[in-house]
Amino acid sequence: MKDWRYWLAEQRGTLLALGIFIVMFVIYTSNHPAGFTANVVQTAANKGVLLAFVAMAQTLVVITSGIDLSVGMIFLLTNCLASWLVVGTPMQTTLGVIAVLAAGLLCGAINGAIVIYGRLQPIVATIATGAVYYGIGLLLRPFPGGSVNEDLADALTGRVFGFVPASLVVLLAIVLVIWVPFSRSVLGRAAYAAGSSETAAYMSGVPIRRGKFAAYTLAGLLAAIGGLFLTFFTYTGEAAYASGNSYTLFSIAAVVLGGVSLFGGKGSAIGAIFGALAFRTIGDLLFVFDFDPLWQPLFQGVILLVAVSLGAFALFRVRNRLEWFL
Amino acid sequence: MSETTPMVGKSDSGIAGRMPKFIRRADPAVLTAFACIVVLLLVGSLYSRSFLSPEYLLQQLKVASFLGVIATGMMLVILLGQIDLSVPWSVAAGAMMACAAAAYGQAGVALAIPFGIFCGVLIGVVNGIGVAYLRIPSMIITLATNAVAQGLMVVYTGGFSPQDSATGAMRYLATGFTIPGVPNAVIIWALIGAAMVFVLTRSGFGRAVYGIGNRERAAYLSGVDTRRVVMIAFAVSGGLSAFGGVLLAGYASKAAQSMGDAYLLPSIAAVVLGGTSILGGRGSYLGTVAGVILITLLQSILSVMQMPEAGRQIIYGVVIVAMLLLYGRAPASR
Repeated sequence: MKDWRYWLAEQRGTLLALGIFIVMFVIYTSNHPAGFTANVVQTAANKGVLLAFVAMAQTLVVITSGIDLSVGMIFLLTNCLASWLVVGTPMQTTLGVIAVLAAGLLCGAINGAIVIYGRLQPIVATIATGAVYYGIGLLLRPFPGGSVNEDLADALTGRVFGFVPASLVVLLAIVLVIWVPFSRSVLGRAAYAAGSSETAAYMSGVPIRRGKFAAYTLAGLLAAIGGLFLTFFTYTGEAAYASGNSYTLFSIAAVVLGGVSLFGGKGSAIGAIFGALAFRTIGDLLFVFDFDPLWQPLFQGVILLVAVSLGAFALFRVRNRLEWFL
Repeated sequence: MSETTPMVGKSDSGIAGRMPKFIRRADPAVLTAFACIVVLLLVGSLYSRSFLSPEYLLQQLKVASFLGVIATGMMLVILLGQIDLSVPWSVAAGAMMACAAAAYGQAGVALAIPFGIFCGVLIGVVNGIGVAYLRIPSMIITLATNAVAQGLMVVYTGGFSPQDSATGAMRYLATGFTIPGVPNAVIIWALIGAAMVFVLTRSGFGRAVYGIGNRERAAYLSGVDTRRVVMIAFAVSGGLSAFGGVLLAGYASKAAQSMGDAYLLPSIAAVVLGGTSILGGRGSYLGTVAGVILITLLQSILSVMQMPEAGRQIIYGVVIVAMLLLYGRAPASR
C-alpha cells in the first residue's frame, strides 16, 4: 500500500467525523434565519468548543481503554472555582487561571492515581471521585453566582479580525500545545499501547503506568480548560448536577462520533473535536426547524443511542463466534 | 457450592482455626461491611439516644428497602461483569408511568403497578439487546438508554413534575403494615431478596450468571446461551429499578422528575461494598444486604448530623473509594 493509503486508513474515523460535521453545519446554516454570518458561526463555535474540550479530555482516557465518568464534574468544579478566582487585576486573573488549571490537573491526577496505582476499575472509581468533585463544587457555589474578569472573557469569546471566533483559535492553540506533543511523545504512545494491549505493551517495556497517568492527568487539565470557558460564556459559576452529568454523557457520544474506539488504542482527539462539534450542531438542528425545545433531550438521547449502536457493525466482520466475547 | 468445600487443613491450627465455622467461611468483605454497620450504629447512638430504638431501626429498614430492591437488580448485572447506568430514569419512568396509568379509570388503577414495572423491563430489554446481541459496552448503552428514557419522560411530562398521584395499592405497598410492626416495604424486600438468593444459588440461571461473570467465553463453550442470560439479567434489573420507583412513588404519593438520580451511586456502592466484584463472577446477596443497610445508615447519620448535600456527596465518594481500596482491588500480577 502507498503511504497515503495508510494515512487514510488511520484517519478514517476523524475524516468521517469531519464529514458529518460539515454536512450538519451546512444544513444548520442554510436553514438558519440569519444564514452563514460571523455571528451565527461565533455562537455555534462558542457552544461547540465547550463540549470539544470535555470530549478531548474523555478521548485521552478512552485511548487507554479506560473511561472517565467524572469529566463533567471536573468541568463543573473548575467552573465554580473560576467564578471565585478569575477576577480582579490582570495579575490576579492570571494567577486565578493558573490555579483553576492546577485544580483540574490535580483532579485528573487523583483519578489516575486511584485507577492505576490503586488498581480500581475506572467506572466505579470515577463515579465516586465525580461525586466528590461535585460535592466540592457545591461547597464553593451552593447557589449560582460569582463573577469573572469580563475583559478576558469577552476577548476569548469574541472574534479575531472581525470574523474568526476567538474560541476556535484557543481550541486550535490547545490542540497544538497539548494534544500534538502528547500524541507524539513516548508517554502518548504508551497510552495508545496500553489501550491496545496492556499485556503486550508491558512485556515490551513500554512505560504504561506513566503513560496512563499522564492521560488521566491531562484529561483533568482539558476538562478544567472547558470549565474556564464555561465561566467566560456565562460569567457565573453553578454546580448543577444535571449539567455535569450531561456533559459526561455528551463527551462519550462525541468520542464515539469522532471515531475513537471505546475499547482503547484507536482514534484521536481531533476526531473527538469534530465529533463534539457535529453533536452540538445536530442538537441545534431542532431549533432551526422550529421544534419544541422539550424534544431536545429525547432527540439527543436517540442520536447517542444510534451513535453507540453503529459500533455493532463490527460484528459483521467477525468470522469466529468466540470473538463476540472479548 | 457449599457442602463439598473441604474445610480441614493445616491452617486450622492458627487463629482462624479457633473461630466458629461460619466466620471462617464468610467473605471478609461481608464481615467488614457488617462490622462497619455495628460501628455506625455505635457512633449514631453516641449522637442521639433514640438511634438504637426499635422504631428508628425499623424506619431505617423501611428506607433501606427501596434501595435494596434497586440494588438487587444492579447486583445481578454486576455479577455478569456489566453495569447498569440507566437506573436513574428507569426508577423515574417506573414511578411516572405507574402514576400516569392510575389516571385512566378503574382498569388503570388496577394495572398501575404492573405497567410501571413493564416500562422498566422495556428499558432493560433495550439495554440487554445492546449488550448481549450488539456487543456494545454496557456502560455506554445504558447511559444512552438512560438519556432516551429521560427524553421520553421530559416530553411526556412537559418538563414538570407530573400531577397524577400514586394509587392506594402503591401507597399500601410502600407505607402500609400487613404484619403489625413490620412495614410492607421491608416484607417486599425480603421476598425479592429470598427469590434472588434462590435463583443465584439453586437455579441453572444463577450458575450461568456466575459463569458468565467469570469468563463468558467458557460459559458459551459449555453450552450456556450466554446472550439470552445477559438479556434476561438486564431486563430483570430494569424491572426491579422500576419497581423501586413504584414503591418510592407510593412512599411520596407522587412521582418527581429527578427522583432516580439519588439511587445510581448508592445502588452501585451497596453492591460493591458488599463484596461483589465489579469485574463479575463473585459475590453473595448477603453482602448486598449489608451494603444497602450500611449506605442507608451512613445517609441517616449524615442527615441527623445535618450535613449539607455537598458534604454528603464528598463523604460518599471518599467512603466508596476507601472501602474499594481496602478490598476491591484488581490483582497486580499480569
